[in-house]
Amino acid sequence: MVAIGTNGWNTEPLGGMMNFQENIDAPKTKPLALMKQPDPTRPEQAQVERSIIEVQDVNFYYGSAHALKSINIEIPEKKATAFIGPSGCGKTTLLRCLNRMNDLILNTRLTGTVQLDGKDIYDSSTDVINLRRRVGMIFQKWNPFPKSIYENVVYGLRIVGINNRGFLDEVAEKSLRRAALWDEVKDNLSKAATDLSGGQQQRLCIARALAVEPEVLLMDEPCSALDPISTAKVEELIHELKDTFTIVIVTHNMQQAARCADRTAFFYLGELIEIGDTAKLFTAPEQRQTEDYITGRFG
Amino acid sequence: MDISKQTIEKHLSGNRRFDAFFTVVGLLSTFVGMITLAALLFDLASDGLGRISPQFFISFPSRFAAQAGILSAWVGTVLVMIVTALAAIPMGVGAGVYLEEYAPKNWLTGLIEINIANLAGVPSIVYGLMALGLFVYQFGFGQSVLSAGLTLALLILPIVIVATRESIRAVPLSMREAAYALGATKWQTTKDHVLPYSMGGILTGVIIALSRAIGETAPLITIGALTFIAFLPDPPIKGTFPFISFDWLWSPFSVMPIQMFNWVSRPQQEFHLNAAATGLILMGMTLLMNAVAIYFRYRFRKRIKW
Repeated sequence: MVAIGTNGWNTEPLGGMMNFQENIDAPKTKPLALMKQPDPTRPEQAQVERSIIEVQDVNFYYGSAHALKSINIEIPEKKATAFIGPSGCGKTTLLRCLNRMNDLILNTRLTGTVQLDGKDIYDSSTDVINLRRRVGMIFQKWNPFPKSIYENVVYGLRIVGINNRGFLDEVAEKSLRRAALWDEVKDNLSKAATDLSGGQQQRLCIARALAVEPEVLLMDEPCSALDPISTAKVEELIHELKDTFTIVIVTHNMQQAARCADRTAFFYLGELIEIGDTAKLFTAPEQRQTEDYITGRFG
Repeated sequence: MDISKQTIEKHLSGNRRFDAFFTVVGLLSTFVGMITLAALLFDLASDGLGRISPQFFISFPSRFAAQAGILSAWVGTVLVMIVTALAAIPMGVGAGVYLEEYAPKNWLTGLIEINIANLAGVPSIVYGLMALGLFVYQFGFGQSVLSAGLTLALLILPIVIVATRESIRAVPLSMREAAYALGATKWQTTKDHVLPYSMGGILTGVIIALSRAIGETAPLITIGALTFIAFLPDPPIKGTFPFISFDWLWSPFSVMPIQMFNWVSRPQQEFHLNAAATGLILMGMTLLMNAVAIYFRYRFRKRIKW
């Protein structure tokens, strides 16, 4: 069958698919059952926290503008990490460094290392294409392709040469279910994606990203243009997805960070001011700037 | 400052007067263009309409104006246009895609861009002189359909490149980001998204460029198009194996504007009527091509929204 590299489908796809069918219906109270590859050597409850991404001493420049200053941060695996901070603080820039999306912007420069599973993604030997399959991204403004819903979801598979209709159908259904969109679109998969509502389009983009089975999902203010009901749906989704994927979410909305994230990092003027467990950061911040920001004294 | 209610009122009425004035000026300017076109069409039609008949399309030129037709001219035009399209579309779209999506932005590509913009302004007869030296003599293509098609292809290449770049630039960056974030390569992003979403604009540009080429006369006279030709090029499709032939590429040719030019330069009034009829047909073809371009643009715009 088809081998898709390191994106979690190294196993025989159809066998894997059957697992997912069970997982979709599994109750939320058993989060570990949702895990992609349960590790039997790891005790169920006392899960060792492991960093999947390690950012070491990263500086980032747009031309001569110094956007990120000596950032050191670790992203724990299968947890949601939120980046908060006022506009222009560098949180989106850092997020886009994690899958080298900033490569698309002219005249930018990065120093330091960003390691994914212990390997520097800025090393010249890194395959950027494969990196982006492992580290998916959801953008601030939903950006479905002007194609059908179905073609949007399966695009990530088509570009690696998977055209088996039955397999694509299964992935499309599984991904749309995971993105909590299946029930709304299952009868209309050939409908134009751009005819959906904004909230549906954003969930479609999430489904599209999930279809390639990334290890990490980067979300750049995914709810900033959504109404409260759609926002609630996406947040609920983040809650469910973080058992399976590592999630990094940039948000302007502090309540959102408090609701969704296990850990929260506060940035200000290109520097990482503080990072900690969300509950602690919001109740007992260590830094004065963090406290001022979360209590609404600035920003 | 004396900002009283009165001075504001005075300014407002001045603004309103200027608005009305501009509406009239704009309307008049529009009418000048429209009326000129209408007068031209009417003039051609009143002279030439009587000459247009099926016989006119299937007759070769003749010494007798009443028996003369445009068979060799329109066949020549179609064949030359086929060569032009086949050469200009892949080259122009390819260059446009490269410059917009692949090329690094530095002084060299900047220089290339300026050159392309300038090429669009080079007089067509200069292209004719270049083609005479290059295609006709250097490459030995002779005074053939192939030489003519390539000449016109070079002539419209800058238009195709510019149109391609403009329509590619209209595809939002977010589409490219979406594809890259899923692990698409640059070529996959271009082929699956950038090109399909900009196809309406590219097709429009290509058709407008071809409708410019179809009326070109000077460069083709320069490379030696015939003005009187009473035979057709070798047909491209044959009844015997291998059923397809490219001999027509090497054939001498005439095209409609040259046929027109030839008839206009004759002293007899009857030939002038033939020229008017040919002009009418040529204009009809151009308008038809533009209509197709508008239709494409409408179709693609309707289907694609971000």
